[in-house]
Amino acid sequence: MTLDPSPAVAVHGLRKTFGAQAVLDDLDLEVAPGTVFALLGPNGAGKTTLVRILATLIRPEHGDVRVFGHDAVREAATVRGLIGVTGQYAAVDGVLTGAENLRLTGRLLHLGTTETRRRGDELLDRFDLADAADRPVSAYSGGMRRRLDLAMSLMGRPRLVFLDEPTTGLDPRSRRDLWAAIRDLAAEGTTVFLTTQYLEEADQLADRIAVLDGGHIVADGTPDALKRLVPGGHIRFRFADQRLLAAAAHAVGDQAGHLDPEQLTLQVPSDGSAVEIKRLLDRFAELGIAIDQLSVHTPDLDDVFFALTGRAHPAASAA
Amino acid sequence: MTTASPTLRAVHTAQDSITMLDRNIRHTVRSPDTMIMTIALPVMILLMFVYVFGGAMDAGPGPYIDYVVPGIILLCAGFGASTTAVALSTDLAEGIIDRFRTMAIARSAVLTGHVAESVLRNLLTSAVVIGVAVALGFRPTTDPLRWLGVLGVLAMFVFALSWLAAALGLLARNPEAANGFTFFFMFLPYVSSAFVPTETMPTWLHTFAEHQPVTPVIETMRGLLMGTPIGDSALAAVLWCAGIAIAGYLAAGVLFRRRTSD
Repeated sequence: MTLDPSPAVAVHGLRKTFGAQAVLDDLDLEVAPGTVFALLGPNGAGKTTLVRILATLIRPEHGDVRVFGHDAVREAATVRGLIGVTGQYAAVDGVLTGAENLRLTGRLLHLGTTETRRRGDELLDRFDLADAADRPVSAYSGGMRRRLDLAMSLMGRPRLVFLDEPTTGLDPRSRRDLWAAIRDLAAEGTTVFLTTQYLEEADQLADRIAVLDGGHIVADGTPDALKRLVPGGHIRFRFADQRLLAAAAHAVGDQAGHLDPEQLTLQVPSDGSAVEIKRLLDRFAELGIAIDQLSVHTPDLDDVFFALTGRAHPAASAA
Repeated sequence: MTTASPTLRAVHTAQDSITMLDRNIRHTVRSPDTMIMTIALPVMILLMFVYVFGGAMDAGPGPYIDYVVPGIILLCAGFGASTTAVALSTDLAEGIIDRFRTMAIARSAVLTGHVAESVLRNLLTSAVVIGVAVALGFRPTTDPLRWLGVLGVLAMFVFALSWLAAALGLLARNPEAANGFTFFFMFLPYVSSAFVPTETMPTWLHTFAEHQPVTPVIETMRGLLMGTPIGDSALAAVLWCAGIAIAGYLAAGVLFRRRTSD
């Protein structure tokens, strides 16, 4: 079997306006089949708009959009047969039960009764929904709804799955469960296109990350390549007075980062590892410098944006 | 997928419509309050008109209840139609239609499923209302053939109303607005020959009542049920229903396309 060399997703010169505003402008991107691709960007950047165009829900004004070589506008029906879509707001039927939702999906995909039941049971097990399968979805928790949504998009064994901010609003445990499910998907060879506000999520899951800002892609590379662009995290120390602050800055020497005399804080660029923290604490202890407070800051979307665009992005989003 | 033959596509379209119908039926069955309201309200209005107003009404020979039942049945259909409009509006408001659109299913299936469910539900509730009316003393003078005619007229009216309701459901910005739009349906039977002969109305209202769609449908039904003369009401009823059905169908198609693309 020869590998299909055509990219799973190929976008060139994409432009989409809403009214007078260009939400996506001259956007290019490519996703290799069988990989996990993350589109990173803050709220309102246009991530959902791009996903909706790729999912054939809306049409662009201009540009070439292809999914496995098929034009998303002219061959929309073909594209739909190849994709699964899980949006930010779970598109499930609240009145029906979990099992009925999957059966509905199977019937609409014309899978046949046996295959529908078999695949439905398989997905219920896989997403840990078997116990709740006969309860109406209106009774499900947020995490369960999201998992059912994902299960429904996988009923037809799509080659490409779109996940639009899949873990936004979920608790940490549900988030990790969903990450594991996404990793399993990728391991099976499904191409995954996910959008997210969280650098950590992109870092954890993606083979390639692209950053969306101002309607086009401002960076595109592996997680490591992207993180190299961004100055690393830092440790922030707060001291009781100016004297201690000055002494600390002197102790750290040319390692010192941002010093704030009003807040009485000193930032020391660092990867935040235990070894690093211990080394600094030891140094301060050695010199009798008492520390009021310490916090560790890891790079997030703000840092990425600052590094790439020279400005803090508009909407800060805490993970 | 693109090489599916026309026959296969037709089969799939039919299957998709049935799948949607199944979904809509489950929704209705799991919301018994709506069904009960659709039956209870017409029954209450029937009771009110027959027992409270009935003594003072002069609607010609025969008990008033026999005169009024066809109108009550159509009133019931009106309430039922508003349920369809709201259901379709709700589907659009939630994400489920988007999911359907990302799948390669027949575009018409969503609308067809709603209209089919609406027709079935309305026929069922009408049957219940007729049953209640009979228990209250309604005595139609028909034979089995005429009953079939009644069924046909009712089905035709409900079909037309369902397509109109679908269009209004798509026009409304949200389910509450959809509910409001269909309010109009519930008042139309009052300004017809449903409760009083139209001759008793002031001239301007009489003209309106004579030329609105509900009156010929009621006259046809009343004729089939009670033996009163039908005249050209039957033809008028068929033309009105066909016209409304076609208008509703076309409008719904256009609105659905507009609402589900960008």
